[in-house]
Amino acid sequence: MFGTTLMLAFREITRHILRSFLTTLGIIIGVAAVITMVTLGKGVTADIEEQISSLGANVFFVFPIATDRGQFRPFDERDVAAVREQIAGVKFVAGQVERNVIAFHNGQDWRSKVEGVGNEFLDARGIELEEGRRFTTAEETSGANVCIIGPTVREEIFPSSSSPIGERMRLDNVACQVIAVYKTRGSVGGSGDDDNAVLMPLNNVQRRFMGNDNIGYMVVAYDAAYSSRAMTLALVDLMRERRVLLEGQANDFNIVDTAQINETIAGTVGVMTGVVALIAAISLIVGGVGIMNIMLVSVTERTREIGIRLAIGALAREVQLQFLTEAVVLCCFGGLIGILLALGISIALTSAIDLPFLFDPFINVLSFVISAVIGIVFGFFPARRASKLDPIEALRHE
Amino acid sequence: MTREPIIELEGITKTFGHGLGAFQALKGVDLAIERGDFVAVMGPSGSGKSTTMNILGCLDTPTSGVFRFLGTEVQSLTRDQRSLLRRKYLGFVFQGFNLLARTSAVENVELPLIYRGQGKAERRETALKALDRVGLVPWAEHTPAELSGGQQQRVAIARALVTDPDVLLADEPTGNLDSERSLEIMEFLVELNKTGITILMVTHEAEMAQFARTVVHFKDGVVDSIERGHRSGQPLEQAEAH
Repeated sequence: MFGTTLMLAFREITRHILRSFLTTLGIIIGVAAVITMVTLGKGVTADIEEQISSLGANVFFVFPIATDRGQFRPFDERDVAAVREQIAGVKFVAGQVERNVIAFHNGQDWRSKVEGVGNEFLDARGIELEEGRRFTTAEETSGANVCIIGPTVREEIFPSSSSPIGERMRLDNVACQVIAVYKTRGSVGGSGDDDNAVLMPLNNVQRRFMGNDNIGYMVVAYDAAYSSRAMTLALVDLMRERRVLLEGQANDFNIVDTAQINETIAGTVGVMTGVVALIAAISLIVGGVGIMNIMLVSVTERTREIGIRLAIGALAREVQLQFLTEAVVLCCFGGLIGILLALGISIALTSAIDLPFLFDPFINVLSFVISAVIGIVFGFFPARRASKLDPIEALRHE
Repeated sequence: MTREPIIELEGITKTFGHGLGAFQALKGVDLAIERGDFVAVMGPSGSGKSTTMNILGCLDTPTSGVFRFLGTEVQSLTRDQRSLLRRKYLGFVFQGFNLLARTSAVENVELPLIYRGQGKAERRETALKALDRVGLVPWAEHTPAELSGGQQQRVAIARALVTDPDVLLADEPTGNLDSERSLEIMEFLVELNKTGITILMVTHEAEMAQFARTVVHFKDGVVDSIERGHRSGQPLEQAEAH
């Protein structure tokens, strides 16, 4: 009996295929919008989390910034030392400078950058080595011509057949010996490809490339037992004191907290998902009203059929079930098309903007169930009307 | 042939509307129909014959009076109970055929079986047997639009017969057909009646009423007269006083 009802519903829907499609458009759009948004939201969140984790957890980046008068005061090694000595909870702190260079090896050249760092920078940023060794203390203090190359550099100008360890290369006109290759650390939004870099001892880069003792920014990795807020306050106090900022003067430095970025972006994604969900909910309600409308039209069109069915002995609830099934099947079709549409759009968009595509079974199943529920809710009234028809009147209907 | 009454109407009235607009279509109809009879119901329009047929078909309920069908008092049944009665014991043939459009002949015939909960294969088999009785098996897959009026009415008869009903109700079954097709249908109904099925037919054509064994004349909402033993070739039966 139910199989027959289902088959009948399929037939009625395919009989008016264009009408059925247009009727379910509201549901298609609603479902597609929700699923696409949730899938993209998940992709964005996952992407950001990956980037953040490549920065390291519980890490601050401290940058000097220009004051509104245009003054710019860089940090130097004494600032790094002060943070290390005067703030509790700091695990690692390291300064960094960088500059774009051309890397040469074996007749090949490659646009890259040189970063002046120490072993502590590797710890603070969580950089691991693919092969080779870290700097020795002597190399760090003296600023030796040794370098740790990034995976991109290794790939571009070193032969893949042999190990680059011990090879000599040149950065602009400074020669150095490769002592290690670091593992990929991904890309951090805005600062280019972090895998395309050559790390050298800070002293060396300051002396040979920059010609001063400045450092570009500080990385501060702190103990997870300390709150981000307390650490920020301590850092701000210390830096204001060291830079002799009077009360009322704005900070001429900026502290970027990875945890905060994470929260901010997750919050934004959440709000956007919520807004789209709201729009989708409206679309689904409008879609449901559309279903109700077309089902009422269908009941009127098929009054005679209903009369015949009642005359040959169909029960009211059987007629009701038939029309309800039709509404539900219609909505499920809409939901299914919406799901497929969302799948297509999500795959296209994630590949276009280079996000991971994360299929969320829950939201897909939920959307399908909601479609069916819309069918039940908005199909109920027309189905009830059909079942209440008077068979004599219905048979006379033209 | 058994003589038990299959249908009994006692003092049936039917009023449509309320108050000043009220119209009394039936003013006290008494009628008994025996099992196996072939009854033609005649009368001018507005005489109450259609209203009576609707009540006999369990499609409508009387305002007052008693309607016994197979001993059951139908007037006190619910809508769904009357549906079950129709499903089990009644077959309908209408003037306008009332077949489902864009649905093949055999599927139209299967329709009543769906509500009897028969499986697909069994349904098809039973429906084809019914179509065979009206000689339309070759047309089983054709839709009503592809069939002539006479063929459509035969499909409708097959649909009415497919459940082996006790009573076949035919409302102007030849109303939309030319005289040759009409005679075909009537002859078929006569043959059908010989197998024991009770037939109630509304008609306004005396020519068609000739085929019936009993003719009931309606006038102004009451039974005006009953002629029995009508049909040629059948032993005449004496009219019994009601």
